[in-house]
Amino acid sequence: MIFDVTVEVSLRAGVADPQGSTIERSLPTLGFPGVSGVRVGKSIRFEIDAPDEATARAEVEDLCRRFLTNPVIEDSEIRMAALEDAR
Amino acid sequence: MTARVGVVLFPGSNCEFDAVEAIRHLGGDAEIVWHEASSLAGFDAVIIPGGFAHGDYLRPGAIARFSPVMEAVTAFAADGGPVVGICNGFQILTEAGLLPGALQKNAGLKFRCDTAILRVESTNSALTNEATLGAELRIPINHFEGNYTCSTETLAELRDADRIVLRYVENPNGSVDDIAGVCNEGRNVVGLMPHPERASHELLGSTDGRPLLLSLLAAASRQ
Repeated sequence: MIFDVTVEVSLRAGVADPQGSTIERSLPTLGFPGVSGVRVGKSIRFEIDAPDEATARAEVEDLCRRFLTNPVIEDSEIRMAALEDAR
Repeated sequence: MTARVGVVLFPGSNCEFDAVEAIRHLGGDAEIVWHEASSLAGFDAVIIPGGFAHGDYLRPGAIARFSPVMEAVTAFAADGGPVVGICNGFQILTEAGLLPGALQKNAGLKFRCDTAILRVESTNSALTNEATLGAELRIPINHFEGNYTCSTETLAELRDADRIVLRYVENPNGSVDDIAGVCNEGRNVVGLMPHPERASHELLGSTDGRPLLLSLLAAASRQ
């Protein structure tokens, strides 16, 4: 089965986010005075071939831990869905 | 015997020849080692130089840690061999798990290209054994992601074990506890954001990097 995967990488709570705070500081100048709590992350999309969803998820979790995130400062959230059309 | 230093070259490194020149100028022997090398046989010390290894894609050091040479570097370090990561090299060593913590984007999101003043906080490491405790060194910095961060437990561990080897006198990037350089438990692996190789000759404006590189050569000679 092929799964469509989206990994959202975000800085862990408590880790300072210089990008987020710089964006936040610039917003009032642009006419958006009410925005707060800006955090910047990244989104990584890919497809994975695995026998079932549990196997796919385990593999993606391992990939996140060892490569896609730096666990010292980052967390990840995984979303996945089986692709309907078998290829 | 002249100490032989391997300077690892990744695609995207850009300080490798500076490191080679500085080591040779100080009486050592230095050779470039391509990142696909699988052995560091014949070397007495290793420098992971600055730059943008593998384009810094994903995160600085994230891809470089999977370069074949890193297995050899890990084995070399495990055997007690002196390894120093400068700037991007420091980032690579943290990603590879050879040093604790991580290097975040600078506070204020500012790329810092400046001369920093560093204080030698420990002379018990491969990079500071010939330096003077408490000495203040003028060394160039040139980085966007040099904001050292780690968990409070790791920070306590680093402090208790005297593993913070260099601190900024004036913090340029938001690093926790003004940390400019740390070492591993064995004290043979050291990472720092500043560039001692760029302060190794009068013509470069400062020779304050010399005691650090001479420390590395001294550690290499004991190999």
